Amino acid sequence: MAHTHLDTLEAEAIYILREVAAECEKPVMLYSIGKDSSVMLHLALKAFYPEKPPFPFMHIDTSWKFKEMIEFRDKQAAKLGIDMIVYRNEEAIAAGINPFDHGSSYTDILKTQALKQALTKYGFTAAFGGGRRDEEKSRAKERIFSFRSADHAWDPKNQRPELWKLFNTQIYKGESTRVFPISNWTEKDIWQYIQREKIEIVPLYFAKERPIVERDGNIIMADDDRLKLESGEKIEYKNVRFRTLGCYPLTGGVESDADTLDEVIEETLGAATSERTSRVIDHEAAGSMERRKREGYF
Amino acid sequence: MNELLKFITCGSVDDGKSTLIGHILYDSKLLYADQEQALLLDSQVGSRAGKIDYSLLLDGLMAEREQGITIDVAYRYFTTEKRSFIVADTPGHEEYTRNMAVGASFADLAVILVDASQGVLVQTRRHARICKLMGIRHFVFAVNKMDLIDYEESTFNMIQTEIIALSETLGLDHVKVIPLSATEGYNVTRKSDQMQWYKGAALLPFLEDVNISGIASSSPSEAPVAPVYASVSSRPVFDDSSDTEFGFYMPVQRVCRPDHTFRGFQGQIEAGHIKVGDEVQALPSGETAIVKTIHLTDRAVDEASIGEPVTIQLDREVDVSRGCVIASGADLTVSKSLLATLLWMDDEPLAINKEYLIKIGTKQLPCIVSRLDHKVDVNTGEKLEADQLHKNEIGLCEISLSGVSVIDKFELHKTLGELILIDRMSHATAAGGVVEDVTLKTKSGTTFVDAEQSLSLAIFDTYVFDENLGNIIRKAPESKTYQIGENLPLSQLGYDYPADFDVYIDDKFLSVRDGKFAGIANVSASACANATACANVTNGADDETTTDIVQRSEYPAINEYGIGLSDDGSLQPFATYRTVIYS
Repeated sequence: MAHTHLDTLEAEAIYILREVAAECEKPVMLYSIGKDSSVMLHLALKAFYPEKPPFPFMHIDTSWKFKEMIEFRDKQAAKLGIDMIVYRNEEAIAAGINPFDHGSSYTDILKTQALKQALTKYGFTAAFGGGRRDEEKSRAKERIFSFRSADHAWDPKNQRPELWKLFNTQIYKGESTRVFPISNWTEKDIWQYIQREKIEIVPLYFAKERPIVERDGNIIMADDDRLKLESGEKIEYKNVRFRTLGCYPLTGGVESDADTLDEVIEETLGAATSERTSRVIDHEAAGSMERRKREGYF
Repeated sequence: MNELLKFITCGSVDDGKSTLIGHILYDSKLLYADQEQALLLDSQVGSRAGKIDYSLLLDGLMAEREQGITIDVAYRYFTTEKRSFIVADTPGHEEYTRNMAVGASFADLAVILVDASQGVLVQTRRHARICKLMGIRHFVFAVNKMDLIDYEESTFNMIQTEIIALSETLGLDHVKVIPLSATEGYNVTRKSDQMQWYKGAALLPFLEDVNISGIASSSPSEAPVAPVYASVSSRPVFDDSSDTEFGFYMPVQRVCRPDHTFRGFQGQIEAGHIKVGDEVQALPSGETAIVKTIHLTDRAVDEASIGEPVTIQLDREVDVSRGCVIASGADLTVSKSLLATLLWMDDEPLAINKEYLIKIGTKQLPCIVSRLDHKVDVNTGEKLEADQLHKNEIGLCEISLSGVSVIDKFELHKTLGELILIDRMSHATAAGGVVEDVTLKTKSGTTFVDAEQSLSLAIFDTYVFDENLGNIIRKAPESKTYQIGENLPLSQLGYDYPADFDVYIDDKFLSVRDGKFAGIANVSASACANATACANVTNGADDETTTDIVQRSEYPAINEYGIGLSDDGSLQPFATYRTVIYS
């Protein structure tokens, strides 16, 4: 019986999820609320059925996420009966670190540092991430099981060779592993799988009239009144949707009328820009992602 | 929705491998506009200013860009109307052999680049050998740079003859040879008028249609195109019509126990299919049971087949945990020792008798590499005498496991013939390898034979502390068989046995009297209980030194039998008479 490529990718991801649950001492699944996370959560529910996923989920909340994301997260956790940990770098949030004034150090402090703090606080030895190799060149070379030193750093030149399905999960205390079960999925696979499995995703992926401002060529949503308008800017109402979700001031939307899954997929798969373009942070010098990953960014 | 093809590209720096894949992506309009822009931008700062450098699409890491070489494995994804593809792009240098092995272990098919102006080179042989070692069954030899030899058919034919010869030497299963030019884009995504003498498919159309499942296809486009599609298989186990493994088996990843009413075994089916009501065997215990339910992920199903992630419930309690295998009709072996071809991957060379962790299927346990038989020259295949195995070298090794595991020859049941070794100190993945043979019994140096039967015992093995390894290792003596009445070397460096004693093992007594082998007797367990001079099988109840060894290594045969003193009748553990040798 021939399997479609989605069957093959699903089986591969489920195999990895089960391996981690069986071999790693204290796993956690990072949950970013985006579509890739929705797919990961769905895979986790399928992998262990009829058991609930034998690990908690964790969201690193920068306090700047879209409101609809937070609502979706809480609704999903309650509905599915999964253990959802929310971690925030409260110290930095209280100190007023924000994406407008603090540029790229904002990402470092509220995402990278917060993630490291959370992993250390709970003593997780393995963290599932939804990273995909087609997203960015340095990710294309990362292993499925990616070893991290005690200070969470990635050493791209010293990766463990990964053969067949034989994953080396051995670590010392303090060290950890990042595991990417959907490494081999493309954006297209994600959308097709969401469609096939009827997976619920945050409504922000669908076009709707939303309050936006145009800034440096990006469409930024005015999700709350913390968005300070610069001179010449004004809030407009446009039909927009988002291809990736993150912190609202750093996430560019696209003008669109696609308000059903079929339309979104049609638009996306025919799209002329790869999805990371809408993440403002990636528009830096070549190799920026690799540099951030070495420093412990997921 | 279509099938997925995972393939690897192998070639040396100058073979134009990245250019070839870059060109497929570019030609097929599979690039997003912003990636394409970045490519044009990057090309201008590169050495080929102005002209598009397709290879920049594939070389991702900064270090590699600076050096202009590919040092790791990069994965690329593209989809055509007919198929989804994942390409593992790997480095070609000999010092990156292990990276190529990683890519090859992932792939169903290998595209090996051959420079038309140079023909089959030493690296071509190396690439094909490693891909074959890692289990690839489909090969495409892309004879690139045809532009440099004016698209000459005769030169191509000579190269093709060399390739067929190489394929026969290595026993490659399915081989296709395609002439092309990656820089010009000829025969890459479509047939080129430049080589009208070539009647086969261009590279991409071939990859779209090639049947890798081993199941016969009804599509006419998948029929071999003579004469360039040469099947040169002469393997004893598989013929061309059947690449599939026999029987059903599923290594158990984990036991799923949400509550006391459900106990399912989760894993991926590696061969065959299974239905509710089928009888299966749990290995290594050998217990049989009937399949009660099957879940394909979260759905109850009546049957499931190869490649599917399932949860299987059996109709009775059987001894199954992670590392066990549920099977039927696969004729798998359970053993403690095996012969494997290893590709060494760590900077630390192989240390004979050092303890590693071995992972086979879903089983992980301690092991030692007890012997390096020979090394294999990765370029020529020549067997070389060796006492060391260094990074990127291949050797045939004997491995002893600390306990039994379900294993099979790689060519029979692939998943149970794949292994990695993990260094227990550094946690590095030290080696990867494939099982060539399974040794059913642990060889012992010492055998006792009387008129009716024989017994093998590790009684004259010695335990030596190795300073370099920081570990105690067991050494078997030269093989020797003792007949009744022969004097035994009962007192040597490392052990000192009494002149009269019996050893109880496997419901048999081995008797020693007056320092001589006195015979073997069959006994029942109850007879043993009444005997004054026997000890039951002991498990770890030995003196401290021995317990230490056991905890560290749990090697076979140390504690499989007991020993009893016959002078006062008190039972003594076997190891009482042994000491560790500190040299």
